[in-house]
Amino acid sequence: MHQYDVIIIGAGVAGTSIARELSRYKLNIALLEKEEELAFGVSKSNSGIIHPGTQNPRNSLKGKLCVQGNLLTRKISRELGVDFKEVGALIIAFKEEDLPRLAQIKAEALVCGVPRLQIVRPSWLKAHEPNLSGEAIAALYAPSAGIISPYRLVYALAENALKNGVEIYTQHKVTQILAVGKAGLNAGPFFEINAAGQKFRTRYVINAAGLDADLVSRLAGVDSFRIQPRKGEEFILDKKKEHLTNHLLFPLPSKNSKGILVIKTADGNPMIGPTAQDCDDKEDLATSDAGLKEVLSSAQRMIPSISEADIIAYFTGLRPVAGDDFIIRHEEKAPGFINVAGIQSPGLTAAAAIALFVCDILRKSGLSLKKKNIFHSHDKKTIHLFSIPLLRSAKLIKKDPAFGDIVCRCEMVSAREIQNAIAGGAKTLDGIKFRTRAQAGRCHGSFCTTRIMKILSASIGKPLTQITKKGSGSEMVQEERGNA
Amino acid sequence: MLKKDLVIVGGGPAGMAAAISANKFGVKDILLLERDQYLGGILNQCVHTGFGLDYFKEVLTGPEYAQRFISEIRRNPEIEISLRSFVVDLTQDKVITFLKPGLLQRVKAKALIMATGCREKTREMVHIAGTRPAGVFSAGLAQKLINIEGLLPGKKVVIVGSGDIGLIMARRFVLEGSEVKAVIEIQKTSRGLLRNMVQCIDDFRIPMFYRHKIAKIYGNKRVEKVSVVKVDDDLQTIPGSEFQIECDTVLVSVGLIPENELIEMAGVQIDKKTNCPVSEELNKTSIPGIFVCGNSFKVYDIVDVVSRDSEIAGELAAVYLNKR
Amino acid sequence: MQKLTCIECPKGCVLSVMIEAGKVVEVTGNLCPKGCTCAVSEIENPVRILTSVVATEGLSLKMVPVRTDRPIPKGAIFHVMQEIKKIKIKKPVHLRDIIVENCLGLGANLVATRESL
Repeated sequence: MHQYDVIIIGAGVAGTSIARELSRYKLNIALLEKEEELAFGVSKSNSGIIHPGTQNPRNSLKGKLCVQGNLLTRKISRELGVDFKEVGALIIAFKEEDLPRLAQIKAEALVCGVPRLQIVRPSWLKAHEPNLSGEAIAALYAPSAGIISPYRLVYALAENALKNGVEIYTQHKVTQILAVGKAGLNAGPFFEINAAGQKFRTRYVINAAGLDADLVSRLAGVDSFRIQPRKGEEFILDKKKEHLTNHLLFPLPSKNSKGILVIKTADGNPMIGPTAQDCDDKEDLATSDAGLKEVLSSAQRMIPSISEADIIAYFTGLRPVAGDDFIIRHEEKAPGFINVAGIQSPGLTAAAAIALFVCDILRKSGLSLKKKNIFHSHDKKTIHLFSIPLLRSAKLIKKDPAFGDIVCRCEMVSAREIQNAIAGGAKTLDGIKFRTRAQAGRCHGSFCTTRIMKILSASIGKPLTQITKKGSGSEMVQEERGNA
Repeated sequence: MLKKDLVIVGGGPAGMAAAISANKFGVKDILLLERDQYLGGILNQCVHTGFGLDYFKEVLTGPEYAQRFISEIRRNPEIEISLRSFVVDLTQDKVITFLKPGLLQRVKAKALIMATGCREKTREMVHIAGTRPAGVFSAGLAQKLINIEGLLPGKKVVIVGSGDIGLIMARRFVLEGSEVKAVIEIQKTSRGLLRNMVQCIDDFRIPMFYRHKIAKIYGNKRVEKVSVVKVDDDLQTIPGSEFQIECDTVLVSVGLIPENELIEMAGVQIDKKTNCPVSEELNKTSIPGIFVCGNSFKVYDIVDVVSRDSEIAGELAAVYLNKR
Repeated sequence: MQKLTCIECPKGCVLSVMIEAGKVVEVTGNLCPKGCTCAVSEIENPVRILTSVVATEGLSLKMVPVRTDRPIPKGAIFHVMQEIKKIKIKKPVHLRDIIVENCLGLGANLVATRESL
């Protein structure tokens, strides 16, 4: 029987942020993830934006934690060697009658503590955002917006949490949560969790299960909210267009979303989207022709030179919406059970602040948080050949020849980087893609897939017929000649 | 920094023919860079016949055709070969940077021939809606998996696109024991050679659907089925025409794109629509001394023509270097 | 009268073939003599060159591409494929080495089309 002080359910950006933060303290912590790899749920379809804090409901957790998170994320990304870039955001108005709305957004944002806001005019826009449509009449400029790779952040958080003693279990879907009452001298609630046929005992449970947060909450006997999946289709443009924009571009927000954006990503490729469509199926990840049309026309309104021919990839994500705000609270009905649900935008931005908030809730619920004597706060930056100057690459290659062995040519990923990703926990092609960008370029794996499969097969000791795209059931090939 | 008279990027049929030709016309200092561990390029995975009918007056498979050139190059000490060499940077004054295991090397070339071939258009570029499960392959990747690795991608296949690569792969899958349930083609007729229609489709009675396209791919982990619709002459979906085909593999064979990102990096003028270099004269580009041959110059149907085109590029390079 | 496409070269001439009692009596539409032989063959005894790959063990290439050195009857293709799937080459192979001699007694050898040492 595995026994812990805290078990976190869900290894997305919220779960791993909480795990890493808690790993500062003398606690036994486990992180349970139902998929084969971390960040395979909501976090992988994230836009990668660190929001400045505008457009959040008044007096909301979203507002408070977003502004806090914007600052904290910078510190964490530095500590963990994940690239963070402050690029700034523009919320753009095209019509005179929209100007009061823009001013209102600014005013509300000021109350939340968003720094350095200013309204800018066409002359500023022309100088700083030359490809922006000439029909834009004004914009709210929020310089503190930034970009980060959402899954590389998750992996960095997880690796740091592991280093600091957190135990991570993948392919462990939680199927039962029983409150088994106080136990012995240790006052405090006790839970028994069933996952993948194994029993786990813990004093506290943190439910960060994304799309399934309502189901997990109900397992613990708390049925106070429902997760409404809201679909978002996003379209990725060729890296050649990296300098199409200098800032993140937002239109004025709609009722249920920030609108269709022109996004700079940490990988260099611009991205357009997302749509916002409520749907019933938590597994519906299909893109559509209608989605493409909608995104393209909205994006072209801001940047007229974007064409369909620029699109090299697309994906769909489902936002786990639970009303207007985050649901982060200790549930009186199930003492020791803390819900961290409805973590949609600005969830990525707020994650670091959510972690601190949850630590606070744990303290108030009676958990003693004593700092460890040794906490490894820093991790070395993962090496990506595509983001370092060639001269530095030369030195790396001399020391380690496998850095010169290029596997993915579109994104310039070497065999060493692939092997490092596998050593860091990648077990699937998608896992390698999210960590290294191999297969994410313009040829979409046509060139490198074979080699990556072979490296993975050799490293984890599985036959090629068992190598998967994203876990069991997604095997890449069905038969091997000569090895029937 | 290394200095070479002529650097050729790409050791497939185009690059090899260009190297041999340039040498024949007097260039004695040639470096041939190839990213794979063998010469031969795409021919290594084209195990079917149909090559060399014109150039050698013989019926050859891809590897056999390639070997004719490989043998000649290996005998020639004036053509230096560097395998597993991947070019990462190219400047307009012909400074090439390439990586290979253990080495980053910069080379200043007096003349440069690019023979980098093509990549395939992906499913994303033609926006086939639906999910992104395992089981969606470009035809070339499927060909590599089967012919180089002996791996069978799937057992129930739907092929999108009736160009030669799609047709060849239809036959390949059938020979390996898979069922090819349909070839879906948006145009009114096949885009491939008639002889391939006979030997790949008619021979195995594979259902062809012209003026059709795939509307959606289904399946979360692995492909489960596709929905297919009929289109009119404006390529718009005809309502009510949808039907579904159960399958575990979708092969996408919808066109080739010349790989010219390197010369684009160097500032060579590229036609935005075709990704081919803008050119007044065969094989020349907007930068004197930088030549392009083979499929990266323009997409050819037959490798025999590629060989002849590349020989011209080799000669042009020799003229440019004042060797001819 | 039957129409068929000649497969001898990329031109793909459309041939009009007059057939009597299962035998070809006249061929038109061909741009060269190969068209006639092709028509007769396609109608009376269709043959194909079979190309595929065979597995290896301990050689430089995992799969070696092979071909029949002569066309074989169309109907025998899958039988030869069954034989091909059983093969595992363990000794070095040179271009045109015979892998299987007189495959299934059809008068054609299965030969290697790429060297692997």
